[in-house]
Amino acid sequence: MNTKKVKWKKNNLVFHLMLLIPVIILFIYSYLPMFGIVMSFEKFSPNLGFLKSKWVGLDNFKTLLLLPDTFPAVRNTLIIAIIKIIGNLIVPIVFALMLNEVKVKWFKKTVQTITYLPYFLSWVILGGILIKFLSPGSAASAPGFFNNILVALHIIKEPIYFLGDNNYFRGTMIISDIWKGFGFNTIVYLAALTGIDPSLYEAAAVDGAGRWRQTWNITLPGIAPFIALMTILSIGSVLNAGFDQIFNLYSPAVYESGDIIDTLVYRLGLINQQYSLSAAVGLLKSIVSLILVLTGYKLADKYAGYKVF
Amino acid sequence: MKISTGRKIFNVINYLIIAIIGICCIVPIINLLAISFSNSTAIIGNRVGLWPVDITLSAYKYVIHSSKFWTSAIVTCKRVILGVPINLILVFLAAYPLSKSDLVFRTRKFYVAYFMIAMLFGGGLMPTYYVVAKTGLIDTIWALIIPGAVNIFNVILVMNFFRGIPIELEESAMLDGASQLRTLWSIYLPLSKPSIATITLFSFMGHWNSWFDGLIYANRPQNYPLQSYLQTLITSTTDALKDGDVKQIMLLTNINDTNMKAAQIFISIIPVMFIYLFLQKYFIKGLTLGSVKG
Repeated sequence: MNTKKVKWKKNNLVFHLMLLIPVIILFIYSYLPMFGIVMSFEKFSPNLGFLKSKWVGLDNFKTLLLLPDTFPAVRNTLIIAIIKIIGNLIVPIVFALMLNEVKVKWFKKTVQTITYLPYFLSWVILGGILIKFLSPGSAASAPGFFNNILVALHIIKEPIYFLGDNNYFRGTMIISDIWKGFGFNTIVYLAALTGIDPSLYEAAAVDGAGRWRQTWNITLPGIAPFIALMTILSIGSVLNAGFDQIFNLYSPAVYESGDIIDTLVYRLGLINQQYSLSAAVGLLKSIVSLILVLTGYKLADKYAGYKVF
Repeated sequence: MKISTGRKIFNVINYLIIAIIGICCIVPIINLLAISFSNSTAIIGNRVGLWPVDITLSAYKYVIHSSKFWTSAIVTCKRVILGVPINLILVFLAAYPLSKSDLVFRTRKFYVAYFMIAMLFGGGLMPTYYVVAKTGLIDTIWALIIPGAVNIFNVILVMNFFRGIPIELEESAMLDGASQLRTLWSIYLPLSKPSIATITLFSFMGHWNSWFDGLIYANRPQNYPLQSYLQTLITSTTDALKDGDVKQIMLLTNINDTNMKAAQIFISIIPVMFIYLFLQKYFIKGLTLGSVKG
């Protein structure tokens, strides 16, 4: 008993040592910045620093409520993020079900390779591609490929400025985001589909169930736990409309429909140098996001038995 | 079993739709490639679709002589070569103890809370910048490597993968007198090829694709990584004439803003495609084993 205890103690020492460097790095670059939250209660000035800047209590939050940019940013964030969440759930499930019916191996492999690819390209790159691809043309250059095709097919008469028109901007963000991720997001569902017992299909076929009935009564219930889990876990991103994407594709012309909380934080903080105001928006967003994520984790644990750690 | 007519029709339509979806994913990239090889008059005249028109290599010749492009490419290579191994080591070091049960590793709960808080909450843009500046990393390569060195999502992925490894293997190693480090090294790592491939891929992509940290942590443009440079290039509407020497200006007769940007974007994609294709067969396994338990 005694020797066992000693050995366990030794084991744990090794564990502490292994975790030492990660813990220190997280302390410096994740925990120390959290103290910077005080600046959202100050009239922060870089020259005075965190300790000497003037304490103003909740003034920054009051200013926020009066800021004309606040309401559109919150509204746009919610609209864009929620539709993205729904699309990013449904499209991969449908695509996984369709791929699952494909029996020609090389075809399936090729499609998978191609559809996963956009996921690995940054929004800087995809931004560069899409700005040209979706361009409506200008005095100096002709419209992009997409507008040409739409005009050639008589779907539209005039080229559309997808990235500069408030009627189209949100839709473009949502569709291009789904386009980037749907292939990669099928991976988890395809894995779940291979886990379904094939004898269930055989039994159903013997009982005379057609393919649609089999999909409805065997396949979908088979992957339902994963669908539920992915839905619950996506609750946490209700305030994440996609900074990387929108920052690289928006312009002042579409602030009305495309400005989101994260881009507002960036502009307030780094462009307008209203550090405290920017930090206040960021803090509010972090708190709401934290509550949403934790709710998601709690529900996932309760209903799907899924523990994050 | 006979295949019904309805089934045949379904199959044809299914294959067709999937093929169209696949094409939609690749068309913008092919369009980019075609533009990068096309003459500037053909681009302005709206004649470039999926195949280059009046094929020219001028845009690529311009990029070869563009010192800004290569300076930033070297910064990116540095961050990948230093950053990916550091990420891997830290992720595996953290994931191993955390994969143990609470009984074996008694203070595990404390560490879990510590990692969770760090994952879910942050100080925001300005305070993080302040800390990075105070630790003297601004304008060094380490600003792009150290602050994000411990990726907690990857730690969770590897931790779950480790838990799938039968505990008997570890127990027999312990009976043979192996230390924890030795068990990690000789039992766990050899079995973790799919998750090593997955984390390598994610870490590589993370470093290769990051642009925002480069923009804010590098004051001088010569310290920009490739993506930060491309970001400033793409969002700028000015043409390339500003920084060109005579040789470059001569080349510019065949190129314009569009095919020059397209060529640079395409060159920056090539390494990503290679690594992706090379690691593809491993990462799907590593990812599904790590995320879907059981």
